[in-house]
Amino acid sequence: MAETLLEVKDLKTEFKRGKKDWITAVNGVSFQVRAGEIVGLVGESGCGKSVTSLSVMRLHSKHNTRITGEVTFEGKHLLELKEPEMQEIRGNEISMIFQEPMSALDPIMRIEDQLTEAISLHNQGLSKSEVHARCVRALKLVGIPEPEMTLRNYPHELSGGMCQRVMIAMAMSCEPKLLIADEPTTALDVTIQAQILALMEQIRNEHNTGILLITHDLGVVAETCSRVIVMYAGNIVEEAPVKELFRNPHHPYTKGLIESVPRLGRRVRRLPSIPGSVPDLSAMPSGCRFAPRCAYARPECSARLPELVEVGPDHKCACPFYANVRKEA
Amino acid sequence: MGDSSTAPLLSVRNLSKRFPVGKSFFGKPKKWVHAVNNVSFDIMPGETFALVGESGCGKSTTSRLINRLITPDEGEIIFDGRDIARISEKEMRPLRAEMQMVFQDPYGSLSPRMRVQDIIGEPLLVHTNMSAGERLKRVHELLEVVGLSAAHGERYPHEFSGGQRQRIGIARALSVNPKLIMADEPVSALDVSIQAQVLNLLRDVQEEYNLTYLFISHDLAVVEMISDRIAVMYLGSIMEVAPNEELYGNPQHPYTQALLSAVPVPDPEVEKKHVLIEGDLPSPTNIPSGCPFHTRCPLATERCSREVPQPKEVAPGHFVSCHFPGKDI
Repeated sequence: MAETLLEVKDLKTEFKRGKKDWITAVNGVSFQVRAGEIVGLVGESGCGKSVTSLSVMRLHSKHNTRITGEVTFEGKHLLELKEPEMQEIRGNEISMIFQEPMSALDPIMRIEDQLTEAISLHNQGLSKSEVHARCVRALKLVGIPEPEMTLRNYPHELSGGMCQRVMIAMAMSCEPKLLIADEPTTALDVTIQAQILALMEQIRNEHNTGILLITHDLGVVAETCSRVIVMYAGNIVEEAPVKELFRNPHHPYTKGLIESVPRLGRRVRRLPSIPGSVPDLSAMPSGCRFAPRCAYARPECSARLPELVEVGPDHKCACPFYANVRKEA
Repeated sequence: MGDSSTAPLLSVRNLSKRFPVGKSFFGKPKKWVHAVNNVSFDIMPGETFALVGESGCGKSTTSRLINRLITPDEGEIIFDGRDIARISEKEMRPLRAEMQMVFQDPYGSLSPRMRVQDIIGEPLLVHTNMSAGERLKRVHELLEVVGLSAAHGERYPHEFSGGQRQRIGIARALSVNPKLIMADEPVSALDVSIQAQVLNLLRDVQEEYNLTYLFISHDLAVVEMISDRIAVMYLGSIMEVAPNEELYGNPQHPYTQALLSAVPVPDPEVEKKHVLIEGDLPSPTNIPSGCPFHTRCPLATERCSREVPQPKEVAPGHFVSCHFPGKDI
């Protein structure tokens, strides 16, 4: 098994609301990302998947956020590092791609200036021409046909797909070991999405980069990830290798989620859906947070938050009654 | 599904619209965005007709032309036996009761300062002579129809989740008993589990009130589930029109094939066979000559850049605008 790059243990992120009130967005999650694997972090809006990734990068404001737990990256405890040390890791060792390529790039800077900023910040002492050569190489790597021309462009002159390529080029410019991609293709059209996903796989194959892919799209997960983590309302509810998860979902939420996705070639009159909606962060149900929407819920479910337990090889699930779910499925 | 004996509810003939961009010194536009080019289709009573395509293909502009939020440059729009392409705003107003819209953004399409019952009742105020009491009664019925309760009418939109807001939008569209509902990406802002609920609701109310839908979406899997007939648009033109099973089972246009193959399948066991089409969408200000898709088409020949392909019927009701239909890419 490949070396573990990132290890998150019992990560809890809380945001300040009012003077003394804290609301919990991520409630004790633990997972790992190994070198050369693409791990999918799936869940619906508000489940805490983006907050988790921002906590790993320590990008939350210190004034209103409380992060506890342990984040280890290659033996370094990220949550305990001083800010300058963390700065060294961001971009250099772990980099991030965001959902909106158009708004993540600075609209009044040429692409070259933005790329140069990223490269020279982490590689002091490079000459101008060396930096330029690396910019060109970075754009070539992501399949931009005329890098010299693109470098002179402003973001508004590029399409969404091209901007996302530039973002990936920027993220990959310092050859990070871990790439966190937060909904990288959500704002893109399907044909462009296919190109970007193929590019991410190619980068993984060539550089053995570990990728944490945050998405709500189960189709994207099924095609690119080797392992999947499913989050619901701030907790991990299930974790499994991708084939195992789709073939054999244990948690009722995972099962409902997989069933409610319309699929090409399998036309149904009605889609199975999960009743109700995601609970509000400030009014979480007690016990299992999925219980109010769960078809298999029992009185015991709202008494205690179920723990994530091993239910098979590499397969973890946070539902003590998973056996019933499987029987009915 | 409509059969040939009944007249279409809506018939669009050679519809075109272009928008000016930039002005020269004398106030003449420098360039034109060709948003919709020579689009024709029929919608039969009781069917769901879908327009699919990537961003910027003109699908939303088409719907706005149909309910005359914008005036077409050329072409006819025959709604219920009457050409409405050139009628005045005054004549158009009463007709809008018969064609209602459901919008994409459940947050932007409901006024934050109005109570839900006033939002749903507003079309009744505009289009009918009902008294306040009658309107309220009707609003309460509608709230029940879309799966909310009468008590929800007193609340404001911010108190509802995205899925519930979309239900409110659907109730508003239903209030005046329209013949045609135009739904522009009604589920793309919603989470998957909620998306399934809203799609099922659209299905249910269609059966109950015998509605005709014009469904606009970029999501091919959603379109497959809900539509009877589908038109695929690219750069303002229709590339292929076919009944549901025909289009998904036997796509003839290379663009349709590429689009279908780019959709990620939510099943890791299925081997992916994406045909990646190269490059980006050309700018709509400068539409390629001949077939608009020829710049990205793997099968393009010299003829494609010269001659605009005319729609050919390859199977009953299945029209393809391609010089070489049916070739696999």
